[in-house]
Amino acid sequence: MAEIQQKGDSGGKGGKKRAKKASTKIDMTPMVDLAFLLLTFFMLTTTFAKPNVMQLTMPVKEKNPNPEEQTKIKASQAVTLILAPNDKIFYYFGLNEPTDKSVPVPEIKVTDFSANGIRKVLLDRKRQQPEPIILIEPYSSEGKEAKYKNMVDILDEMNITDQKKYALVDISKKDIELIKKQNLPL
Amino acid sequence: MPKVKPHRTSPSLDMTPMVDLAFLLVTFFMLTTQFRPDEAVVVDPPSSTSDLVAPDSDILTLTIDNKKRVFFGYDKAPVKEAAIKAVGAKYGVSFTPTQIKQFSLLPNFGVPITQLASYLDKDTEDRKALNKTLPGIPYDSLNNQMIDWVLEARKANAAQFKKPTFLVIRGDGNADVKTVQTVIKLLQEKDINRFNLLTSLEMKPSFVGQ
Repeated sequence: MAEIQQKGDSGGKGGKKRAKKASTKIDMTPMVDLAFLLLTFFMLTTTFAKPNVMQLTMPVKEKNPNPEEQTKIKASQAVTLILAPNDKIFYYFGLNEPTDKSVPVPEIKVTDFSANGIRKVLLDRKRQQPEPIILIEPYSSEGKEAKYKNMVDILDEMNITDQKKYALVDISKKDIELIKKQNLPL
Repeated sequence: MPKVKPHRTSPSLDMTPMVDLAFLLVTFFMLTTQFRPDEAVVVDPPSSTSDLVAPDSDILTLTIDNKKRVFFGYDKAPVKEAAIKAVGAKYGVSFTPTQIKQFSLLPNFGVPITQLASYLDKDTEDRKALNKTLPGIPYDSLNNQMIDWVLEARKANAAQFKKPTFLVIRGDGNADVKTVQTVIKLLQEKDINRFNLLTSLEMKPSFVGQ
C-alpha cells in the first residue's frame, strides 16, 4: 500500500539480457502494522506510576484508659474541625462543654477545602500562641456522613500547613448537638 | 509553450525512522510493563500532596469502596495460599488445591469465607459479572473475618519471607469516613497502628503563607 513498486530501469537498451534486478525495497507495511499494534497494546496495559501513599500513624490504644492520667486539652489550644457532608468544614476554637457553665459556648464557623478556606484559617491560627491542638472529627450522624476524600484532604492540609499536633477522633454527641443548635445546614 | 509537467515524486516514503522509533517504543514498553491486575472492584483514590511511594512488594491492600464493602488483597501468591488455608481452618471451611490455586491468582476478593469456595469455582467471566454484587468481607465485631485475613497474611509473610507487611488502605474518594474509621479501629485493636492511605499525587501549592 505505502510502497508502490515502480518499474525499475532494467531493460530497454538493445537486446542485451540482464539479470533481472529485484528491488531492494521490502514492503514493510505488515511489520509496521504489527509494531504499532504491539505498541498500542503495551501502552494501554502498562501501569507506570507506583502508587503514592500517605502515612497515618494512630496512637496505641490503651486497654484500660485511666481518666486521671489523660491530659486535658486547654481551651486556648483547642481547635475542632468537623468534616461535614457536602465538602464543608465546621470549625470552632476552644472547648465545647455544655454542662460546664463557666465555659463559653463556642461559635461554629463554616469554611471549605479551598486554599482560602481552611488553609487560611489554620495558617492564621498558627501565627498565634499557644500552639494549637487540632481535633479532626468526621461528621457521622443520621445517615449523613463525611467522605473519605475529605478526611484525606484535611490530613493533607495538616501536612501542608505543617501542624505539629492533630488527632483524628470520632465526633462527639456534644458537637452534633451544637451543630443542631446553631442550625447549620448539612 | 510546452506544457509544464508536474514533477512526479515517488509516492513511497522512507518509513525507516518511524519504524525504528516504533520498535524502540515497543521494546521499552515490553520491558517496563507490569500488567494491571484485574481488580474485583474499581476505586478512585483521593489526591494528596504526599509523595511517599509504596514499596515494591509485601503490600497488603484493603480496598474500601463507596458501598461500605471491604476487599482484601495481597501481592504474593504463597502468602495468600497460606492465608486461605489458615482462615479456612478457623471457620471450618476447606478448599481444594484447585481452589487455592485460583485464589492465589486473584488480586483481591470480597466475599465471606463461606461463599468463597463457590466464588472460586466460577470462571473469570462469571466472577467479573458477580463482582458488582459481592457483599465484601464481613468486618463487624460479631463476624470479623477481615481481621483474620489481615493477621493470617501478616503471619504467613513473616514466616515465609521474614519481612514486615506494608498495610495499605485503598479507599474510594466517595467512601464514607465511618467505614474507614471502623476498619482502622479494628486493626488498632490488634495493635496495628501504622496505616498507609493510598492517594494519587497532586501538586503541592507553590506558596504557603508564612
